[in-house]
Amino acid sequence: MALRDTHVTLAHGGGGRAMRDLIDEVFTAVFQPPGTEDQARLMTAALQEPGARLAFTTDSFVVTPLEFPGGDIGTLAVCGTVNDLAVGGARPLWLSAAFIIEEGCEIALLRRIVASMAAEAAKAGVRIVTGDTKVVERGKADRVFITTAGVGVIPAGVELGVAQIRPGDAVIVNGVLGDHGAAILAARGDLALSVDLASDCAGLGHLMQAALAAAPGLHAARDCTRGGLASALNEMAAEAGVAVEIDETRLPLRPEVVGVCEILGLDPLYLANEGRLVLFCPEDQAPGLLAALRSLPEGAGAVQIGRALPGPAGRVTLRTAFGGARIVDMLVGEQLPRIC
Amino acid sequence: MSAGQFIRVRGQVQGVGFRPFVWQLAREMGLTGRVWNDPGGVGIEVWGEDIDAFAAALRARAPLLARVDAVEAGPLDGPAPPGFAILESRGQGAETRVTPDAATCPDCAAEIRSPGRRQGYAFTNCTHCGPRFSILRCLPYDRAQTTMAAFPMCPDCRADYENPADRRFHAQPVACPACGPRLWYEVAGDKKPGDPVAQAVAELRRGGVVAVKGLGGFHLACDAANPQALALLRARKHRPAKPFALMAAEAALHGIAALTPADLALLRDPAAPVVLVASRAVLPDAVAPGMACLGVMLPYTPLHHLLLHAFGGVLVMTSGNLSGEPQVVGNAEARDKLAAFADGFLMHDRDIARRLDDSVERAAPPMVLRRARGRVPGVLPLPPGFPDRQVLATGGQMKGAICLVKNGQALLGHHLGDLTDALSVDEFHKALVDYAALFDHRPTLAACDLHPDFVATRAAQATGLPLVRVQHHHAHLAACLGENLWPLEGGPVAGIVLDGLGLGPDGTVWGGELLLGDYTGFDRAAHLRPAALPGGDAASRQPWRNAVMRLDQAGLAPLADRLFAGQPVAALRAMAAGGVNAPLSSSAGRLFDAVAACLGLAAAAQSHEGEAAMRLEALAGPPGQGYPFGPGLDPAPMFRALAQDLADGVPPATISARFHDGLAAAFAAPARDLVAQGRAWAVALSGGCLQNARLHHALLAALDGVPVLTHRTTPANDGGLAFGQALVALAQGAG
Ligand SMILES: [Fe+3]
Ligand SMILES: [Mg+2]
Ligand SMILES: [Zn+2]
Ligand SMILES: [Zn+2]
Repeated sequence: MALRDTHVTLAHGGGGRAMRDLIDEVFTAVFQPPGTEDQARLMTAALQEPGARLAFTTDSFVVTPLEFPGGDIGTLAVCGTVNDLAVGGARPLWLSAAFIIEEGCEIALLRRIVASMAAEAAKAGVRIVTGDTKVVERGKADRVFITTAGVGVIPAGVELGVAQIRPGDAVIVNGVLGDHGAAILAARGDLALSVDLASDCAGLGHLMQAALAAAPGLHAARDCTRGGLASALNEMAAEAGVAVEIDETRLPLRPEVVGVCEILGLDPLYLANEGRLVLFCPEDQAPGLLAALRSLPEGAGAVQIGRALPGPAGRVTLRTAFGGARIVDMLVGEQLPRIC
Repeated sequence: MSAGQFIRVRGQVQGVGFRPFVWQLAREMGLTGRVWNDPGGVGIEVWGEDIDAFAAALRARAPLLARVDAVEAGPLDGPAPPGFAILESRGQGAETRVTPDAATCPDCAAEIRSPGRRQGYAFTNCTHCGPRFSILRCLPYDRAQTTMAAFPMCPDCRADYENPADRRFHAQPVACPACGPRLWYEVAGDKKPGDPVAQAVAELRRGGVVAVKGLGGFHLACDAANPQALALLRARKHRPAKPFALMAAEAALHGIAALTPADLALLRDPAAPVVLVASRAVLPDAVAPGMACLGVMLPYTPLHHLLLHAFGGVLVMTSGNLSGEPQVVGNAEARDKLAAFADGFLMHDRDIARRLDDSVERAAPPMVLRRARGRVPGVLPLPPGFPDRQVLATGGQMKGAICLVKNGQALLGHHLGDLTDALSVDEFHKALVDYAALFDHRPTLAACDLHPDFVATRAAQATGLPLVRVQHHHAHLAACLGENLWPLEGGPVAGIVLDGLGLGPDGTVWGGELLLGDYTGFDRAAHLRPAALPGGDAASRQPWRNAVMRLDQAGLAPLADRLFAGQPVAALRAMAAGGVNAPLSSSAGRLFDAVAACLGLAAAAQSHEGEAAMRLEALAGPPGQGYPFGPGLDPAPMFRALAQDLADGVPPATISARFHDGLAAAFAAPARDLVAQGRAWAVALSGGCLQNARLHHALLAALDGVPVLTHRTTPANDGGLAFGQALVALAQGAG
């Protein structure tokens, strides 16, 4: 073991021996990239099938706290990018990972994060094939930031996109909403919230493959991350030129999440998720799709929450328990008070 | 030989029987000439003796629904015609005005009780009363453009309509049983044979709920004296505590409320608003739990007259809607949505073209809490000095109302409800199109609130017009100035704006403000010491949250722990300390909530907007020495005095009174100073808290001797916001 330090210093970013040791021991040894060159060299057989398309995406991850019940920033960095690929209908293949590390970050923490990434990548069937590290002075970052990019392949015949959405489509989610956002808030020890909640963080590649197999007519899918289900539905409704109505009584919400939201005054529809997606499919394929989703652990809580309507284009409403319909808007920023 | 004169009459003079009035006046005074409508109002050419007396009478004896703003006369050449004629309208854009709906006039009310062809007829009306705006599909205001188009006049009605001596001359909705709309009673979709009113009354007497199709929407009616009926309606509507509006004949009203002459005058106004009056506490408390006031109105349609006459007592007349949604207007919609609420439907086949809630007002101090049926589309003159430019202002969120400015007048649209509800948002978008068409409006400037997530803000942005974003409380101040015709160059005033919440330009949430300024701009001269609003809107729904923050601020954390032991107080404090969804706010509304919560009023949650503050107001005893506020309008000393009173067992009525008087004194003092120093010319009072009559009176008393401007015909709450936004935009956009 060449790496003796317990904390990252500026020397670990200096390009010399310390950096080499950190990369070799903390990152490369775990991710096991195939070559020694500065770039990954990848077999493209999957891409050569007629009609197949390359999918390519990138995402950056910052989260406080870095470790929380149900995962850590490493889990997010893999799942987030895998899910971006998956909801487009792609089979995720390869990832890159770049780390911005704050001087003073504990190396043990880095090891735990990297282990999470490796485990999550293995589950998702993707390989982390290239990476980078930079060390910045104390105060210039919050311990560690991660950027991942991902490449996958969309097989011939898979045509997912919001443009496919039609009025009448069933709107389906794969499980309870808001667990991630609520768990993160609860994990901030300063809020004095004692609830037993874990992040929903999960890779959804396999689930999407199962969905496509069961419902070939699937129109569109999107992961509900920052901004929650509300923001995902608003984007999709606007882009598709349809309205979406969801039913309050059908929303899958854990009582703990409802409780945290009540105290904090937050709307669970806007809470972040990291293992949740929303799917639009023709109504007649909804039962098959739901069955397929429920056959996998990450879709066990799948449920139809509403449907697409002809218009007004871009409007998302929540049908409440008493029968009224409330506008679920895309917010400009945070949830600001609106009651005068 | 006498010379002719041309007389121009401006104001609300079309569609109110003005031409037949002129015709009759001219004949009475032996004058000849002609009268017509045109885009300027009413034009008259008149020849004969003593035309001055004629012109004076135009103003003095104008019809009930007319409002004469100006009578201008000038010489006229040409020979006198033989008689006096009523001419067709002249010029494009004639009949540009439609007047608000008006309550059944005394003549029509008497007619339906007397033998004749309109005896017992529920759709009787004349030039002096009846539906107007609520049946109008588009201008010009002719029967063909109203929902009366479906009912061709019978020869008798046509004769009335064409006879200048008849009070139905050119009354567009004129009707009788032979040709007009029909009334029926139905249960579960089945029309019941027999007298519809008698069947409805039987159901009401049994303690049931009847949906009644009114002028601007459906009401749900039940016997206001029957506790079981009230409980049933509250349970079905999921409305545990929000006061119900009541309707009764004047004689019956005296039994349940202590009516002042001012109350009576307002009740009898053709607008027939719901008037807040002092309760005699003889009806069950469930009518308006915890309130010292009742919201009452007189029957305002012939159907109401027939129903109340047959019923004899006092009816609840609450809007027929799903919780949070706008009032139902269509028959099919009513059957669909109100089936779960109503045991029977008193319906008719005249469509409602425009949904209009009942207006809600108070006689003393005069104020409008909700501006809708009977008041809209009345226009407000612009104060002197404003440029002639067409402006659209989109208003606020919880009490949607838009404002259009054109030709030196502002049209403040009707109450559209809470714009978080999808149907209310539909109404809002419809109103934008509808008013623009009705008033041939082509704005070159738009105005909205600073809040980025208001539906109204987005709508203003979507117009693509140059946009002025107006701070919420600046708009409240400007609305008050505008209503009082404060000139554009009138100089700065001190604006006491006591309100719920509005976003400030500094990103915090404002609401207890002393603004020094005018239409063009303002300084934040003083404001309540801010406290955290933990949970954002949750703090507006749960008064205890505000109490904890204010008590903590006053060093009274142990009291907060004791009063709110069942609540997650620790989490709340952590949110405030950690800045998690806990914006700072100087809201006066939330200060009311905090005090109410300390007294146990709706502390855990309000079942409707303003419940805690309304109950606190209802409780307040007579005026006296108020609680002290610290420098910087700090309520901490007030809470320390309040805590001492609680410990000493001082009655809640005294505590409430001391709070109201203390708050009024705290804001009045710096406002008086601004006037004394010559920095402000007057004090303006605005914001939602000014609906509180107790606070309103306390402020007026504390400002004795200083010129004070108040809202009287526009709402001090967000229902008046768009008017202020439009004026600010006009003032700023002019530069
Ligand atoms: Fe306001
Ligand atoms: Mg992403
Ligand atoms: Zn009449
Ligand atoms: Zn007739």
